[in-house]
Amino acid sequence: MNSSVIIFPGSNCDRDMDVALKKFGFKNKMVWHDDDKLPKSDLIVLPGGFSYGDYLRCGSIAGKSKIIQSVIDFANSGGLVLGICNGFQILTETGLLKGVLQQNKNIEFICKNIFVKINNSENKFFENIDKDVLELHIAHNEGNYFCTKDELKSLEDNNQIAAYYCSSDGKVDDKSNPNGAMKNIAGIFNEKKNILGMMPHPERMIDQSLSGEDGSIFFENLLKNLK
Amino acid sequence: MKVKVIVTLKSGVLDPQGKAIQQTLNGMGFANVKDVRQGKYFDIDIDESDEQKSKQSAEEICKKLLANQVIEDFKII
Repeated sequence: MNSSVIIFPGSNCDRDMDVALKKFGFKNKMVWHDDDKLPKSDLIVLPGGFSYGDYLRCGSIAGKSKIIQSVIDFANSGGLVLGICNGFQILTETGLLKGVLQQNKNIEFICKNIFVKINNSENKFFENIDKDVLELHIAHNEGNYFCTKDELKSLEDNNQIAAYYCSSDGKVDDKSNPNGAMKNIAGIFNEKKNILGMMPHPERMIDQSLSGEDGSIFFENLLKNLK
Repeated sequence: MKVKVIVTLKSGVLDPQGKAIQQTLNGMGFANVKDVRQGKYFDIDIDESDEQKSKQSAEEICKKLLANQVIEDFKII
């Protein structure tokens, strides 16, 4: 399976993602934001980081970069696109995903392990996944998901909420909401479920020495689903 | 000509920075400050002498980049 990770000026999880994808068997290529063509890919990843220094709004400048039109075309033709953290912010700024990631409710940068409950596994990203509660890592200042009431209703009606922040035993409550995200939303899909944006970093949990391996479950399963 | 743009959060959208500023002002003794909303201001120099056309460009610029209309409003002044 071929994957491509897009690098923007200020991306800082691009190499972690490259390591993770290769570890589980993807043939990964790194693609510079100023290119206009994507290599042949089964999966495009927009990595975490601080593209363009988070100027204007997180992800807004990257959302207008040269490579983005190819990513949009790829996504609209049904290609699999994964946006992690800043990648999620970029996806909302392009309009591929609904809503926006606002500043965390308590105005603090949050860097810690959290738990998410997978809400919909009828898609390439989570189909047949062994666990429905994963321990992943978050590191962000703007992860407070927000959308309009109408958008929230359509996300819920179309089963587009990918994952909720939850407790270690899968309880979705205020206490396990790290950043004030509406309804504890940690990640969402587009309508066709071929685009996933989420704040937690699976690529940071692929080895016991990185404090956990639930990210491995995600990548192994994703590769299996694509074969 | 020069166009000025103000981008603000829509009413009802949480503004944690504004809230922190308000609380700080209260703490400094400005007890009468009830609310603060933080926004962004842009000075844009457009190579166009017609005011109407400049404002039209500015509006497009706001819609396409400067404001995220899910949470923000813009004003061209």
